[in-house]
Amino acid sequence: MTGTWQLFRLALRRDRVVLPLWTILLGLFPGLVASSFASLYPDPAELASFAASMSNPSLTAVYGPIWSPDLGGLTAWRSSIVLLIVCLATAFTVIRHTRAEEEQGRRELLGSTVVGRTAGLASALLVALLAAVVVGGLTALGTAAAGADGTGSFALGLQYFLACLLFAAIAAVLAQVAQGARTARWIVGAVLTGSFLLRMVGDAGGDLNSPLSWISPIGFLQRIRPFADERWWPAAVALVVAAALAAVAYRLNARRDLDAGLIAPRPGPARAPRSLLSPLGLAWRLQRTTLFGWLVGYAVLGLFLGSATDAASDAVRESPDLADAIGRVGTGASIADMVIATGMAIIGIGAAGQGVQAALRARGEESALRAEPLLAASVGRLRWAGSHLLFAFAGPALGLLVAGVFLGAGYGASADEGAGAIGRVLGAAAVQIPAVWLTVAIVVLLFGLLPRLTTLGWAVLAFFLLLGQLGAILQLSQWALDLSPFTHLPSLPGGEVTATPLVWLVALAAALTAAGLTGFRRRDIASGG
Amino acid sequence: MENVISVNGLVKSFGRTRALDGLDLEVRRGEVHGFLGPNGAGKSTAIRVLLGLLKADSGTATLFGGDPWRDAVSLHRRLAYVPGDVTLWPNLTGGEVIELLGRLRGGLDTKRRDELIARFELDPRKKGRTYSKGNRQKVALVAALASDAELLVLDEPTSGLDPLMESVFQACVNEESGAGRTVLLSSHILAEAEALCDRVSIIRAGRTVESGTLADLRHLTRTSIHAELAGSPNGIGALAGVHDLVVDGDRVRFQVDNAELDTVLRALTTVGVRGLTSQPPTLEELFLRHYQKEEVPA
Ligand SMILES: Nc1ncnc2c1ncn2[C@@H]1O[C@H](COP(=O)(O)OP(=O)(O)OP(=O)(O)O)[C@@H](O)[C@H]1O
Ligand SMILES: [Mg+2]
Repeated sequence: MTGTWQLFRLALRRDRVVLPLWTILLGLFPGLVASSFASLYPDPAELASFAASMSNPSLTAVYGPIWSPDLGGLTAWRSSIVLLIVCLATAFTVIRHTRAEEEQGRRELLGSTVVGRTAGLASALLVALLAAVVVGGLTALGTAAAGADGTGSFALGLQYFLACLLFAAIAAVLAQVAQGARTARWIVGAVLTGSFLLRMVGDAGGDLNSPLSWISPIGFLQRIRPFADERWWPAAVALVVAAALAAVAYRLNARRDLDAGLIAPRPGPARAPRSLLSPLGLAWRLQRTTLFGWLVGYAVLGLFLGSATDAASDAVRESPDLADAIGRVGTGASIADMVIATGMAIIGIGAAGQGVQAALRARGEESALRAEPLLAASVGRLRWAGSHLLFAFAGPALGLLVAGVFLGAGYGASADEGAGAIGRVLGAAAVQIPAVWLTVAIVVLLFGLLPRLTTLGWAVLAFFLLLGQLGAILQLSQWALDLSPFTHLPSLPGGEVTATPLVWLVALAAALTAAGLTGFRRRDIASGG
Repeated sequence: MENVISVNGLVKSFGRTRALDGLDLEVRRGEVHGFLGPNGAGKSTAIRVLLGLLKADSGTATLFGGDPWRDAVSLHRRLAYVPGDVTLWPNLTGGEVIELLGRLRGGLDTKRRDELIARFELDPRKKGRTYSKGNRQKVALVAALASDAELLVLDEPTSGLDPLMESVFQACVNEESGAGRTVLLSSHILAEAEALCDRVSIIRAGRTVESGTLADLRHLTRTSIHAELAGSPNGIGALAGVHDLVVDGDRVRFQVDNAELDTVLRALTTVGVRGLTSQPPTLEELFLRHYQKEEVPA
């Protein structure tokens, strides 16, 4: 492990902007949510009645249960979406400093110096530990400072800290097993989505001890129950599991060759199929696995949400209190419509994530110097960029339609509404498309005009997500909420549709895309450096 | 149209680094042109400007008489390029990459492709991520050499090749050249340049410092002379073209510009020569002189 310290410092230097940015911003979030709740509902009784109004199955499915109807409990519940982002960010940090580094050949350069072979992994885990301490510490301090219970705040901070460590360790193992950084990131995303879905199914049933929630890493950590009779043993178990996974990663790292995965590569065809021999054919080959992954995800999520919707509205119908609470909030739409609209809003953000990922692929190819040989052959810049951007624009649209069909089918089957449900739900899915396109168009604009900052596309997406999920709670003013294109979408099914905002979003997306592509035609192609 | 490539006063900066600083380059139809210079001299940058990947700040560059930035797509049908850093798609096989690049450039001679794969002993069924550096290089070379392009632009094409493959490469370039193709070859290997190039351009810090046939350049070099004289070698040091003079009694050692060789030898014979050895100029010395920072030729 010689050299760990040097590599750790090198990693901190490379991440000197990104790492403080996400750890501090995300770490501050729970505290902000807490102080916002405290000023919205200064009276504990108000908090309790708010909590009661929020305890419906669809919200429980999305955010998890409210463990205790007070300031701390509500904060922990509402911030749970931040917990997911933190897990992903830590995991990606570890992959970035292990597998991605190795892929770019930089590890080899260092490996030949006095750096030990496990130093890379050790230093990446140290960076993750540092991030975990910052996020967990800020979470605990922030919530306590907003007036929540001290022990509970500590438990909440611990939950965030452990979530970081757990996903860092999972990422460390995947970085050894997978064949490349991209695959490793993809599997981490799937693990996180899987643990979210398990917890969702488990919690939606209303049973707080559902085995499904317990086997989900996220659900497991939430069972530390901050602010509600904290249980400490899940924390201890999580710590042991994280340590064990890290140890596995070390063993694997010591055993495998640099740059090799554990799955041996097989030889492929010596000749190319005709379908590969065009920029679009190549983009299809590079993007198709990711696209199929997303489509399967939409189908599963849609089916589940659809079949859970009817159960949720039954639960509300049977509980007059809940119906009353929701009636006060509601716009007259049926409960089922509200659940579907909430679900679609989240799927819409997911679809934007798919679009951002596909658009970033163009920049990724360029930075890896793999655009150069194509552009030096007889391929125009627009043709090359367009072949990747097609996946960024059409991919999420297709995905939303798949989600709509499956959600509608799931709902129609369980609510005996039949195929008619599909049409209504498809509409709800389709209205997400303009906002998704605008998000993608921002990435295209960055790609054309400020190529080095293209990955900020993820930050833009996270910003939209946080605005949508927490903007109202943080009492942001309307103009701030209006910054997110998703604010302008009609709430479907059930709501009113006006074409104007949708037309504007599409027009703006088209304008930004055109500006981005014009910039791309005029700028230098990355030449390393 | 005599010149396939002509570049005049080309300037390209990256932020505060001036990568090209008034570069001139002329490549004639049918020649193999060596493009030499130390690391960071701007060779790859110049090639990228010629391929329309980078936009020059000022100066002119023409490729087949066209504008490499504006007419990139149509010009690229007539050339094949081997980049300095070959990166392949991790899960495409070498064979797939060769065919893809060939097709996108406008055509691939499949018979020649198979022959080149055999000559370079390349396994086309391996995935991009599993090739060694030399083998990645071979994939790019086969893709370029199997094309029917009029111009080959090769940026350090032999980095990573073993000596056996290096000689296969040289044979291939000679064949291409024999078939009337033009080659622009950036290289650090003198033996390679000497074996292949009709003319060379040497650049340093983004500027052309020397350009011509190898014979021209040899002429610009210096001969070293060791002489034992009959008398005292007074005044030799004052002659034009004499460098690094060391006098040891009646013996002298110095270097002389080839252009002044005749005058200096006459001066020696007037003193009287008892013994003389002379060493012919090597290109190596010329390059070293150009590569080293201190000795900027006037
Ligand atoms: N994209 C870039 N951004 C900033 N500087 C660059 C970029 N590309 C090249 N440079 C700089 O321009 C100069 C010329 O680089 P170039 O790659 O053209 O040199 P070269 O002659 O090909 O060198 P080598 O023999 O090492 O390949 C170098 O100082 C390099 O650092
Ligand atoms: Mg170079």
